[in-house]
Amino acid sequence: MIFDYNVIWDSMPLYLSGMVETLKLLGISLFFGLLVALPLGLMRVSKRPWVNFPAWLYTYVIRGTPMLVQLFLIYYGLAQFEVVRESFLWPLLSSATFCACLAFAINTSAYTAEIIAGSLKATPYGEIEAAKAMGMSPSKMYRRILLPSAMRRALPQYSNEVIMMLQTTSLASIVTLIDITGAARTVNAQYYLPFEAYITAGAFYLCLTFILVRLFKLAERRWLGYMAPRKA
Amino acid sequence: MYKLEVQDLHKRYGSHEVLKGVSLAAKAGDVISIIGSSGSGKSTFLRCINLLEQPHAGKILLNNEELKLVAKKDGALVAADPKQLQRMRSRLSMVFQHFNLWSHMTALENIMEAPVHVLGMTKAQAREKAEHYLNKVGVSHRKEAYPGHMSGGEQQRVAIARALAMEPEVMLFDEPTSALDPELVGDVLKVMQDLALEGRTMVVVTHEMGFAREVSNQLVFLHKGIVEETGNPREVLANPQCERLQQFLSGSLK
Repeated sequence: MIFDYNVIWDSMPLYLSGMVETLKLLGISLFFGLLVALPLGLMRVSKRPWVNFPAWLYTYVIRGTPMLVQLFLIYYGLAQFEVVRESFLWPLLSSATFCACLAFAINTSAYTAEIIAGSLKATPYGEIEAAKAMGMSPSKMYRRILLPSAMRRALPQYSNEVIMMLQTTSLASIVTLIDITGAARTVNAQYYLPFEAYITAGAFYLCLTFILVRLFKLAERRWLGYMAPRKA
Repeated sequence: MYKLEVQDLHKRYGSHEVLKGVSLAAKAGDVISIIGSSGSGKSTFLRCINLLEQPHAGKILLNNEELKLVAKKDGALVAADPKQLQRMRSRLSMVFQHFNLWSHMTALENIMEAPVHVLGMTKAQAREKAEHYLNKVGVSHRKEAYPGHMSGGEQQRVAIARALAMEPEVMLFDEPTSALDPELVGDVLKVMQDLALEGRTMVVVTHEMGFAREVSNQLVFLHKGIVEETGNPREVLANPQCERLQQFLSGSLK
């Protein structure tokens, strides 16, 4: 077997721009996903059924269907309706980048909401009582005690979610975007060298994963130090 | 005038009545020890005072201000005005059996939290106060430590400093030494004794008969949700009148 380095080397600019696209998709979807996940997570721990139920239904439906199906529904499915094609949203909904970001953000928001809700529920009850006994209002208690401690404890799980999302962005290549996987598809189509094309893509994802894992390790050391074994 | 007055408090879990009309009145500087066997309702009583548990009947007054209560559907009383409850709670600090420090904050942050975010103190003021009280309870060398990295005795003393930093009218102690091993109990009791000598008003649920006798000036013996005996701790402990207290003491003071 001969590995064709030249083709890969020549395609580097394509891969690098693909990497930028991948990071853009990941960054945008994580940002908006987290933004939506926070209120959803809070709704999921509410004792009021009419607050809890909509959030429960949302996360159940989103987590209960494949990402690819959601992406196809948004990108191809919506275009079927004339109402959508004639609406002011069409410039957005006809853009592959927008549809991919939307689908990814929706998907990650559901998973992240459940992570946040689980972490909130795991708050030691004594800490909540202490906050009450000090005279904190419920909103202050959430802002100062519950959320800061829940978000910290959610970090290890959230890092997992982020890494999953990185791999999931490869689906964007199916809706015509040239991310890392899209670059590999292009290279393969031009030179018919599937092994070289995809092993290079794999190496890119590995590097990105490695960097993400390191970043989360740093974050955990910074914000989860109180859970680590005592050093001195 | 009483600092804290609790009148005829009732509390039940389902049909089981755990408090059958318990009253208590603390003047400034009073240290009241509440003793009794497990299940006598003493912790429940203490936790009803700041509404961590909902009583079913009774009155709670702090500095002659009555906490306004309304009944829920199931008969449990909740605060009519959440703002009033929060204000009264901030003047009634509580120290818990299991410390209940906020695990993601250092000792110093734990103590500064409520003064800054409940009382509206500036950070600099709160820090000064926190350091003062940490020093007082003897754990200033641990101010940057997280609760998980401290011993139980250190954690409880930080929790006491946290309660003190609120400059409360009355301090409530819910079995503060019951989760500590015997060697650490002394440190915490010493701190509490110093507080009593300073003239702080304290209500202490405890199993420490030595503390009850030497430090408190009023003893309440609770049994099956009723105050069976009350009075000067030295007299009551030396010469218990009711049979239940005699039994209780024969078990604990040998």
